[in-house]
Amino acid sequence: MIGAQSLPPSHGRTQPQQQSTARLLAGPPLADGTESHAAHVARLGPLPGRIDPGALVAEIERSGLLGRGGAAFPAGTKWRAVAGRASGGAVVVANGAEGEPRSHKDRALMAARPHLVIDGGLLAARAVGAGELVLYVGSDHHAAIASMRRALAERRGDALPIRLMEAPARYVAGESSAVVHFLNEGDARPTAVPPRPYVRGVGGRATLVQNVESLAHAALIGRFGAEWYRSAGRDSTPGTALVTVQGADGMAKVAELEYGTTLRELAASLGHDARDHRAVLLGGYFGGWATVDAVVDVPLDPARLTERGLAFGCGLVALLPAGTCGVQATAGVLRYMAGESARQCGPCVFGLGAISAAADRLAERRHAPDDLENLGRWANQVQGRGGCHHPDGAAGLLVSALEVFHAEFRLHQATRRCSADGTIGLAAAASGPGDLAIGRAA
Amino acid sequence: MRAHLGRDLSLAVDRIACDGSGLCAELLPELIELDDWGYPMLTGGPVPDDLMTLARRAVDRCPVLALRLVARQPAARASRPVALPEFVRR
Repeated sequence: MIGAQSLPPSHGRTQPQQQSTARLLAGPPLADGTESHAAHVARLGPLPGRIDPGALVAEIERSGLLGRGGAAFPAGTKWRAVAGRASGGAVVVANGAEGEPRSHKDRALMAARPHLVIDGGLLAARAVGAGELVLYVGSDHHAAIASMRRALAERRGDALPIRLMEAPARYVAGESSAVVHFLNEGDARPTAVPPRPYVRGVGGRATLVQNVESLAHAALIGRFGAEWYRSAGRDSTPGTALVTVQGADGMAKVAELEYGTTLRELAASLGHDARDHRAVLLGGYFGGWATVDAVVDVPLDPARLTERGLAFGCGLVALLPAGTCGVQATAGVLRYMAGESARQCGPCVFGLGAISAAADRLAERRHAPDDLENLGRWANQVQGRGGCHHPDGAAGLLVSALEVFHAEFRLHQATRRCSADGTIGLAAAASGPGDLAIGRAA
Repeated sequence: MRAHLGRDLSLAVDRIACDGSGLCAELLPELIELDDWGYPMLTGGPVPDDLMTLARRAVDRCPVLALRLVARQPAARASRPVALPEFVRR
């Protein structure tokens, strides 16, 4: 039985926090760097020693913990799948690849709280009966790697072998089949599934690939229990989540929010006014754009966002300042997504390439007459047609951009002007002003 | 059209293996279209009885063995259209 063996980390021994919901980020400020093992144990107590694996899986299920890599898949379901394998050994991979270029929450967590991540990985290994824990950390997250190495050197007497592997700095390197592919063959490209990693993964063993933040939450659930975990959360989804907030003046902050907090509140807690921004990219490059007006008071909760066709994803909240061009911002994201294709599947290689090129032409207002129409058609064509979900992510982001920035796209398309700077694109003189308007009037 | 008796079989493409020869769409245009770059788009759902022979032929003739008949329909994402805003639809 897992229970509240000591006080929850947001109370008791810990320092009072500005945010009452701080759990993963309770304790010393992020800027203080890596928390030592001694400080970690003094603050939270040791990892519970004797826990029945079945009870642990059940506790994670009861907690309602969702995967924090982006897909928001229930962690307990995944643990149960690996624990329930027919035969053979298992492996746990703590996934800290964090290939999302604008997300910083995983690297920040690993840099500051490595022992929470390792504790969570060990608990998961115990729950699913794994014989090995692999820490898979993005090779360009230098502070995180240094912190995890130092943490491993500090620990004594952990029950199983732990190895740290550096993930290639590519967007898809954290996709679960790519993780397994890399650990098996040194190639961090997704593979055709099935078999899925939880059936046959690293070294042919059933493999639990779980995001590092999810594991850190699990480390707290293992100490304080599912009921404690569920005591946070203001809407449908229980618990807290790390987010990366970006906005005007280059702000980029990692914060922990209680699920259900609104964008207005989140921005305000960081000293910003959400309404100084026109749109927001939610959930990362697999997420989508929304106008700030539409979402400023919507609970930041996976269930609530999904209802609106949006995603909590990896917790990216990238605010687009007023006066910046949504078409250009979108073209930049699509260029990145096209460049990050693993170049294995035709619809992804050629489709994202064509989408990105057309979006660039529209952004720079040197487009062909059918570029905007093609963007819509291609978004449909690439959807669901990769070995992994990479093209789906790009398509979803594009569709959200076409909705949110429709006036901007039409302005570029029809007049070759950009509302952000008023300039006229290069080809404008040749084709003449106002040569066509497409679709309905604004 | 009746579904195949017994287990319903659907077409599936190994996207990584597929190199876009387009042969499958030539052999089975009823169920397979090509996208703008020559890669197959499946209509999805079980292969009807009257097309099963043709479907098996398309599977057998794929030069890279990327086309398969599978017992369960692949995830719905394979054919779910994206809801586009009105102004980009024609």
